[in-house]
Amino acid sequence: MAEAAPRTRAIIDATSRPVMPAHVKLRHDAGRGRWLILAPERVFDPDDIAVEVLKLCDGQRSVADIAGALAKEYNAPSEEITTDIVAMLQDLADKGVVKA
Amino acid sequence: MNDQDTPHVKEETVTLDAGELRSDSPDAAEDNIACARAPVGLLAELTHRCPLQCPYCSNPLELERVNTELTTEEWQKIMRQAGELGILQVHLSGGEPTIRRDLEDIIKTAADAGLYTNLITAAVLLTRDRLEKLKEAGLDHVQISIQDVDVNAENADRIGGYKGGSAKKKEVAHWVRELGLPLTINAPIHRHNIKSVEAIINYAVELGADRVEVAHVQYYAWALKNRAALMPTREEFMKSAKIVEKMREKLKGVIVIDAVVPDYYAKYPKPCMGGWGRGIINVTPSGRVLPCHAAESITGLEFDNVRDKPLGEIWLFGDAFQKYRGTDWMKEPCRSCSRREIDYGGCRCQAFALTGDAANTDPACSLSPLHAEWAKVAEVESHKAPPEFIYRRPGGAAPKTSAKKAPAATDA
Repeated sequence: MAEAAPRTRAIIDATSRPVMPAHVKLRHDAGRGRWLILAPERVFDPDDIAVEVLKLCDGQRSVADIAGALAKEYNAPSEEITTDIVAMLQDLADKGVVKA
Repeated sequence: MNDQDTPHVKEETVTLDAGELRSDSPDAAEDNIACARAPVGLLAELTHRCPLQCPYCSNPLELERVNTELTTEEWQKIMRQAGELGILQVHLSGGEPTIRRDLEDIIKTAADAGLYTNLITAAVLLTRDRLEKLKEAGLDHVQISIQDVDVNAENADRIGGYKGGSAKKKEVAHWVRELGLPLTINAPIHRHNIKSVEAIINYAVELGADRVEVAHVQYYAWALKNRAALMPTREEFMKSAKIVEKMREKLKGVIVIDAVVPDYYAKYPKPCMGGWGRGIINVTPSGRVLPCHAAESITGLEFDNVRDKPLGEIWLFGDAFQKYRGTDWMKEPCRSCSRREIDYGGCRCQAFALTGDAANTDPACSLSPLHAEWAKVAEVESHKAPPEFIYRRPGGAAPKTSAKKAPAATDA
């Protein structure tokens, strides 16, 4: 059974569990030497942080979990990272690249 | 595009709208995935056959015949070459691509080659079974064109020249969502449906679309022939632009609304094709490889055929691609213009049609000496009663006197 398209805006916060829908693809492009996000009539060019975040967006981990993991890895304050990635994921949700 | 910047993620649009292909990016030139090495998008016009007869069709007036079409194997070879070349997305278009009974095979090969597959369809020939097969073959996304909302079915069917089309499209859109495929609704906008813009956006939401393209007709080919019948007034256009703005805010996070303006009413020319030979490559039903689907209107350009040469070689070295790639070919006022790598001097086909030289500035630019005269055409035509449509059909561009009369074109 297919899920209906979200007809209300998803608001991202620390408790959200974001995931990329099946039709949005995070792909490594060897020729261009970078990761790309392929979406309908869109190509997004994520930086290293965005790639790290999106790889962790599995619909299970919360934004707080993801921020925690990155805080450890980059030795940075978790709150700052949370604010940063909530902003990013909210924009991506508005563009249909992630759902939560 | 009007999207705000996302932290950590740059956005590139590769959109194909009524008569227009664009590959926009907020960042010009170097740090861009659209580079001379490989196009981002392949527009594969699988056939020029189509059950609809939309008077704004972006296909050339001289439609290619079925007996010249590439074979299944030839299209599959193109898909493999496209993948190797680094092309990211393939837009399966036409005419009506679902007329090709080998569409499944072509999609399968494209998907195997790593391409993101986008079906651009009028939808009226699709069955649920077929759609399911296309999905199984690896189809990623479906774009369905509509002519008007379902409650204006009569108007929609008159525009498309296909009875029952509106109802059928609604049914197919439903199947698309049922099968879990993402859906874009594309609505070419002109004076016969411009009053429905808000309703069309709401209809797209109702159909479960993730995206809707409010795509003002681009006046080339059939649309240019029908310009007087299609051009909205400036006031109508401005009103529709305000509605889009309002709806974008209201439906944020619900549906993505893309808008394409008619360049007669725009300030600057559009970055046609995102720059010639820069982001998009187009293959016609017979295998001719074009920098843009209207490029054949520029006489004197020589086009290669994929039957003779590999796609990559044509992209990199083909005469037609080299001719207007980059900025070296530019004349004044483009040459010294600070916007030269933003809009690339606009559209070469439009420059050629109006000035006889494709290297001139697109008359859509206010710096073109022809701009005022050109823009006035829209003003004048849009205020007169619309003439009847010249429907898109083989030989229809030069109708014989015995040709059947098309239904009267009246405002909806």
